[in-house]
Amino acid sequence: MSDSIAPSFTPDYTPASHGHSVEQLSRPSLSYWQDAWIRLKQNTRAIISLYIVVSLALFTLAGPLLWQVDPALQDLNQISQAPSFPKRALLADPYERWQPIILDDFPREPETYVDVDLMPAPTGVQPLGEPTTQQIRLRWEPVVGAGGYSIYRNQHAPEGINDLGLPLATTLGGNEISYEDRLNLEQRDYYYSIVPTDGFDEANIYTTIKVLPTIAITRDEATQRGLIDADTEIQIGDPLSLRFHPFGTDYLGRDMLARLMQGARVSLFIGICAPFLFVMFGILYGGFAGYFGGQLDALLMRFADFVVALPFLLFMILFKIAFGIGPGESGVLPMLIALVLLGWPGTARLVRGQVLQIRNNGYIDAARLLGAKDSYLIIRHILPNTMGVILVTLTFAVPGAIFTEAFLSFIGMGVAPPTPSWGSMCNEGVKTMLSHPHELIFPATFISITVLAFNLLGDGLTEALDSRMRSR
Amino acid sequence: MKNCLTALLLLTFTCFSWAQTQATSVNFETQTITMAMTQEPPQLNGMKATDQVSIMILSHVMEGLTRYDRRGNIVPGVAERWEVSDTEATFWLRDDAMWSDGQPVTAHDFVFAWRNALKPQTASEYAFILYPLLNGEAINKGEMDPAALGVEALDDRTLHIRFERPTGYFDKLTAFVTYFPVRQDFFETKNQRFGADAEDLVYNGAFQISQWVHSASLRMTKNPYYWDRDNIHLNAINADYITADTRSRLNLFIDGKIVSTALDGETYKDALTQRFRIRRFTTGTVFFLEYNHREQRVTANLNLRRAIQHVFDPDEMVNKVLATPGNLPGKSLFPVWLKGKTDKFRQEYRAPEAALDLDLAREYLQKAKTELGLTAMPPLVLLVGDSPTAAKQAEYLQGKLKSTLGLDIKIDIQTFKQRLAKMTAGDFDIVAAGWGPDFDDVMTFGDLLSSWNLNNRGRYNNPAYDEQVRIAMNSADPKVRMDAMGKLQQIVFDDAVVLPQYEQGVIYLLHPELRGVVRRVVGADPDFTYAQVVKPNQTK
Amino acid sequence: MLAYTLKRLLAGIITVWFIATATFMAMHMVPGDPLMNDKAVSAEIRKNLEVKYGLDKPVVEQYFIFMGNMLQGDFGISFTQQNRRVNDIIRDHFPVSATLGLLAIFFAATGGVIWGALTAIYRNRLPDIIIMFLVILGISVPSFVFAALGQLMLVNINSLLGFSLIPVAGWGTFSHMLMPSMVLGLGTMALLTRLMRSSMLEIVNEDYIKTAKAKGLSPMRIFFKHQLRNAILPVITILGPSIAAITTGGFVVELVFAIPGLGRYFVQAVQQLDYTVIMGTTVFFGAFLVLMVILVDIIYGFVDPRVRLQ
Repeated sequence: MSDSIAPSFTPDYTPASHGHSVEQLSRPSLSYWQDAWIRLKQNTRAIISLYIVVSLALFTLAGPLLWQVDPALQDLNQISQAPSFPKRALLADPYERWQPIILDDFPREPETYVDVDLMPAPTGVQPLGEPTTQQIRLRWEPVVGAGGYSIYRNQHAPEGINDLGLPLATTLGGNEISYEDRLNLEQRDYYYSIVPTDGFDEANIYTTIKVLPTIAITRDEATQRGLIDADTEIQIGDPLSLRFHPFGTDYLGRDMLARLMQGARVSLFIGICAPFLFVMFGILYGGFAGYFGGQLDALLMRFADFVVALPFLLFMILFKIAFGIGPGESGVLPMLIALVLLGWPGTARLVRGQVLQIRNNGYIDAARLLGAKDSYLIIRHILPNTMGVILVTLTFAVPGAIFTEAFLSFIGMGVAPPTPSWGSMCNEGVKTMLSHPHELIFPATFISITVLAFNLLGDGLTEALDSRMRSR
Repeated sequence: MKNCLTALLLLTFTCFSWAQTQATSVNFETQTITMAMTQEPPQLNGMKATDQVSIMILSHVMEGLTRYDRRGNIVPGVAERWEVSDTEATFWLRDDAMWSDGQPVTAHDFVFAWRNALKPQTASEYAFILYPLLNGEAINKGEMDPAALGVEALDDRTLHIRFERPTGYFDKLTAFVTYFPVRQDFFETKNQRFGADAEDLVYNGAFQISQWVHSASLRMTKNPYYWDRDNIHLNAINADYITADTRSRLNLFIDGKIVSTALDGETYKDALTQRFRIRRFTTGTVFFLEYNHREQRVTANLNLRRAIQHVFDPDEMVNKVLATPGNLPGKSLFPVWLKGKTDKFRQEYRAPEAALDLDLAREYLQKAKTELGLTAMPPLVLLVGDSPTAAKQAEYLQGKLKSTLGLDIKIDIQTFKQRLAKMTAGDFDIVAAGWGPDFDDVMTFGDLLSSWNLNNRGRYNNPAYDEQVRIAMNSADPKVRMDAMGKLQQIVFDDAVVLPQYEQGVIYLLHPELRGVVRRVVGADPDFTYAQVVKPNQTK
Repeated sequence: MLAYTLKRLLAGIITVWFIATATFMAMHMVPGDPLMNDKAVSAEIRKNLEVKYGLDKPVVEQYFIFMGNMLQGDFGISFTQQNRRVNDIIRDHFPVSATLGLLAIFFAATGGVIWGALTAIYRNRLPDIIIMFLVILGISVPSFVFAALGQLMLVNINSLLGFSLIPVAGWGTFSHMLMPSMVLGLGTMALLTRLMRSSMLEIVNEDYIKTAKAKGLSPMRIFFKHQLRNAILPVITILGPSIAAITTGGFVVELVFAIPGLGRYFVQAVQQLDYTVIMGTTVFFGAFLVLMVILVDIIYGFVDPRVRLQ
């Protein structure tokens, strides 16, 4: 505005000023990436995903500080417990091996043959001692002609001979008239049925008794779990609280929450690093192939086909040997390398396809005519336009990597037991998903949340990077 | 839109029309049953079969000289009577034993089969079961001509056998698949394809394979030429489903498609809610931890092994870790069902039990450290297979030894073949192993830990043990043999050679209208041969 | 066009040859061998077995023998199913896997395209959010769970009805195929949904769409004529390898639904180190994959003229 010549006369008109007033820059100039960043920060989805990621990081890193429970500590008194408030238990006598009651004055094998269908039901079935979750002991009166007794246990009152429940055992001998049950006892009603046998076939008759055991724990176990100190004044029969497991326990009575926290480390590391690395590699590889095309493209893509067709399991076993992972050692890093080595072709193929589609667009030609270099074209024009597809594959690679890790740990490559991971917890939980759903639901939820975070981040990024939505 | 509707209609129609033709698990009218197999039978050439499924199928379609009845006693099969002495045996074949093409089963068919199974070129993995025959082992090693085998057909109906050493249980061996007859002319026309398909076999058992669609289904129908055909009630056994997935099989059972299925620690809960009758069966297999006794290994140290022996609680293993009924706590290498002199072996020779004693165990561990000159025990490598149960048991053991003795266990999970390679090479400290019986005699377990047995993966080598095995091998006197085995049981305990974990038991469901199904420790399991479908109202 | 296809086929054969060689080397480098079994056999028997299967020869010689046989289309006899030829195994079981896989792909592709388009149209509104959650659930839960739940559903339907409407397992009719193929296609459907959404969004603001709108074309017509055709490209890209992967990778589904497919052979052969089956299935799978990729590349050219075939 300063270059206008000062008028020496006053004309009828004033010349329009040259210059820059036409386009007033009201805001500072932003590069494409700066702009994308701003839009990302304003994107609700991206923000939500950020919160999720931060919480997951806190859960993984700070969680174990707050919840100081050994994730490998087994508690066989609390196997597969659903989430609940702490339970109370009674202190019980230490367990002593039990000798079954065998009558001396009754024949072991029937002296006279009695048709098994004519045998009477056992009488006098009663528990011996206080039934607890440590043991339930039963005894009954012998049946004349019996060559043994079958003991059944059910969780509901039996409706007939076909509904007696679990066949626990068959005693060998008509004079063995007791049974001790220790099979995974919980605090619930049990219906025990005693069926006489002739030593081979079972009779058609039974006697049922209902038993409700109380939760009991021995002093040794209580001390081992740290529930009482060795010198605590506590009497047999006194109540005490069992360990609290807010997320329940797994199949060996280990604390689910502690395991989820510890498992997060491996799963998040593998689940984030592996996809990130192989998607990066895939982008480079596919972008390169697609952009340059021709013979090079053909060669590169044939190599990708080659990698896809290799038998995965076989090569993983080979990698395990090649990396020299010893027994019980953690093979997380070798696993990461192996996953990247075998995982990239999918992304590469996808990116290449996108690049092929984009590179002939008018704006690419225009940019090229304006003298843009290849690298500029790829970074500035081509990659941002393939971002949507790339982010989708990245998101999908996350659970893929988590489950592959679990599978590899299962065949001995990856984390060594007892170290947990979400994927392997899921695999374990699948087996008991109907009776103890919490063992599947918790790890699956955490995986879902992780995937959700990436999905939201992906959506946010796509919107932010989309130049057509610039500053809208 | 119209097309969509038509397609939908068509689809519904196909679904419904199929529903009517689908086979149900049992059919009283036709005496037909449908079952599921866990895998495709890999080998139906009886001379070479080694796996459970093949043996199950073969035992329905073939018959040896003898067979087991439903209580596990030996009864006549192709042979109607026999005499066994210390040095020889003679079997007299029944006249009406026929092949499924109507030709008679002769003594020559047995001679051919046994010679052929022992031929080195056949490379049968079960050839050792024929070693009681004179020169059997030498022939198998290629040192002698198969014609020198101690078996000859005196005539079409008389089979004479000479023994390498006394074999009191020979009549039990003859019920096993490797002892089944093979007809020479048929075998030679089939050449390499013998046993490959339904038409590549000729049958002398109660059933014959009439249709075999690989990996999909296998149909056995009643053999019209079987000598005991009048007592065979089932007309057909269809194995229409092949899956190893327990839940899938339970679903098929609930849907009324199969007659029987095994339950595991999870599926039995569904069976309870469905109010099915659950049955129990002991498979006869013993699972144990085998220590590596090779010199450079710490597990070669007796006191270390004793320390573990005194903290391991088989009772807890069975009740809390396996947590399904039917498993018995492991107390001995010899399972409870084995027969002794007159009673059960374990009744006659009580298995010694180690007391659970942490202080004693720690003492032993301290001794072991002193002997080995170590201040701390190095981590022990526990080699396991890649099955979910194996991993669970290994983790339990890991936790147990850590919390009691402070021992570190490194769990070495390996896929099937890699585990075998490591076992063979001795690349482990402890390996989780199991042993199932090949025949119904204590010897099938007794010689397992002898120094020459290749299945003794830990290379335990104790002349005193070998001595007892030899005594039992060279005698036909039950008392001498059982006493020797009783001593073996004590040696295994005193030396803590292996750590018995449990005797495997299974629980399973069986259709209530199907009667006479037999579960067996040795041979065909399950055995449907004499089963029959009863009328629905006859069920208990 | 023909020249291009021929060239690609030639390159494909070379690729398969590379796959075969790499796999052959890998399986001989892994410890253990097909002859090892639970029960140990004596050295003599082992030697006999080695001679019988030609494993006593040097590996290089074995390689050339294998390659020679492969060129004649013979993969040998399986180690685990000792009376069956690998060719027979593939011939018997591949059609099953292929039927199942194609049906699964059909479900996945239709579902993926429809759901994906829906999410793009209803972007950031309720249908989009619901479908996104379902997609996340679909990929975050192991496929075994869906297989088991699907089967359980059939059992419950059947017991409610009192007769078997849809068989819970087995193979043979179309009704057998419904549930397993849906379960099998679930993962791919989820992926395609998201891919479809993202590529739809990318083109929604293209000039030609605006033009079409300005011309007053009906939204349906715009969708089918312009949007779908342009957005479907990544879907097709992923479809080629997916077809190959799904047709042979249905191990879990085959196990649960007792389907006699090829998938179980892929997994079991490696576990058992069944040399001949590993080679047979891998080479077959490699060839199948290569063919699918070529096919997809050709289809590419038709769907999107911008992608020229060189």
